[in-house]
Amino acid sequence: MNFNYTFVGQLLAFFAFVWFCMKYVWPPIMKALEERKQQIADGLAAAEKGRHEEELARERAVEKLKEAKAQAQEIIAKAEKRAAEIVDEAKEAAQAEAERIRAAAEAEIEQEANRAREALRGEVVHLAVAGAAKVLKREIDEKANEDLLKDLVAQL
Amino acid sequence: MATEQTATDYIKHHLQNMTFGQHPDGSWGLAHSYEEAASMSYAIHVDTLFWSLSLGILFLWLFRRVAKKAHAGVPGGMQNFVEWVVEFVDSSVKGSFTATNRLVAPMALTIFMWVFLMNFMDLIAVDLIPWIVGQTASLTTGIDPHHVFQKVVPSTDPNATFGMAVAVFILMLYYSVKVKGLGGFIGELTLHPFSSKNMLLQAIFIPFNFLLEFVSLIAKPVSLSLRLYGNLYAGEMIFILIALMFGLAAEGTVGGWLAAVVAFFLQLGWAIFHILIITLQAFIFMTLAIVYMDMAHQVPEEH
Repeated sequence: MNFNYTFVGQLLAFFAFVWFCMKYVWPPIMKALEERKQQIADGLAAAEKGRHEEELARERAVEKLKEAKAQAQEIIAKAEKRAAEIVDEAKEAAQAEAERIRAAAEAEIEQEANRAREALRGEVVHLAVAGAAKVLKREIDEKANEDLLKDLVAQL
Repeated sequence: MATEQTATDYIKHHLQNMTFGQHPDGSWGLAHSYEEAASMSYAIHVDTLFWSLSLGILFLWLFRRVAKKAHAGVPGGMQNFVEWVVEFVDSSVKGSFTATNRLVAPMALTIFMWVFLMNFMDLIAVDLIPWIVGQTASLTTGIDPHHVFQKVVPSTDPNATFGMAVAVFILMLYYSVKVKGLGGFIGELTLHPFSSKNMLLQAIFIPFNFLLEFVSLIAKPVSLSLRLYGNLYAGEMIFILIALMFGLAAEGTVGGWLAAVVAFFLQLGWAIFHILIITLQAFIFMTLAIVYMDMAHQVPEEH
C-alpha cells in the first residue's frame, strides 16, 4: 500500500463523474421513466373509461333494438288495419258500381218499355182510328179530331 | 508466465502498479523496478488512473448516449438495461435516504456502475492485459517486458478506493455542516453518547464523546475504502495464485499438465464466484455511501 497522487486524481475524477451524471445522465432518464409511468397510468384510465363506455353503448343498443321492435310491430299493425280498410273500401266501391250498373240497366229497361209503350199507343191509336173509321165507314178526319184522339191516347 | 521467473517474482510483478513520477535524481519518467517506484516523489499510478478514468468515461458515455435519446415509449435493449440499473439505484436510494437531495441518487448510480466496472476488470484473465502491454512496450521501445508493470483492476489499488471513499466523506461533511450548521455538527460530535444536565459533568464528558464520535466518523471512509480494496485485492491474489499453477505445465511432466488443467477449472470456478463478489462490493459501496449521506442529513432529535 503506497499512497501517492493517484489518490487525488481518483478523488477529483469522482467529483467530475458525479457532477456529470447529476447534470446530464440522471435527469433525462428519470424524466423518461416518469413520463412512461404517467403514460401507463393514463392508458389504464383510458381503458377503464373505454370499458365503461362500451357497457353503456351495449345497454343503449339493447334499448334501441327494443324500440325498433316495438315500432315495427306498430307499423305492421297499422299496415294490417290499412289493408283491411282498403279491402272494405274496394268492396264498397264494387257494390256501389254494381248498384249503379244495375240502376242504369233498370232505367234503360224502363225507357225501352216506355218507348215500346209509346209506340204501342201510337199503333193502338191508328188501329183505333182505323177501327172506328171502319165502324163509321167513313173517313174520320184525324186532324179534326186530334184533340179527341189525344185524350183517348192519354186514357190508355 | 516466463519460466525464468520465480513464483515470488511473478506475484510481485503483478502487484506493482505502473508508476510515473519524479526520480530521486530529479528526472521524470516511469519506474522500471520496485525500488524505483518506491523512491519516486509526486508519483501517480498510471494504470490505475487510466483504467478507472476510462471505465468511468465508458459508463458516462454509455448512459449519456441512452439519456439523450431516452423516451417514454417502448424502450430498446440498451435503454431497457440503463433504465433497469437506474430504477434499481433509485429504489435503493428511496429505501435508505429520507431527506431530499438531488445529488444522492446520481452519486449512487455513478458509484455503483463505476465500482462495478472497475471490479469487472478482475474477471479478465490476469495475465492478458499485462502481457499485451508488456509485449507492446517491448516491441516499440525495446524495453524488457518484466520491467513494464500493469495492474488492471483499479479497485485493488488503495489509492483509488480511498479516493472515492474520501470524496464521499467530503460530501458527507459538507452536507452535515450545511444541514445541521457548524454548531450542530460539532454538537453531534461532542454531546453524545454521554450527556448530562449538569454543565460541569457535561464539560468532562466532551473529550470522551469527541474521542468516540470522531473515531466512528473517521472509521466510515476508512472502512468503506478498505472493504472494497480488501475484497478485490484478495480476489485478485487468488487469481494470481491459481495462475501460478499454469507455470507447472512448463515443466512438461504429466503432473504439471494435470496441475494446469486443475488450474483452469479453479480459475473458472473462482471467476464465476467472483461475479457475485464484484457486484456485491459495488452494491455495498453504493449502499453505505447512501446511508452515510442519509446520516449527514439527519437532524438529531432533542434529548
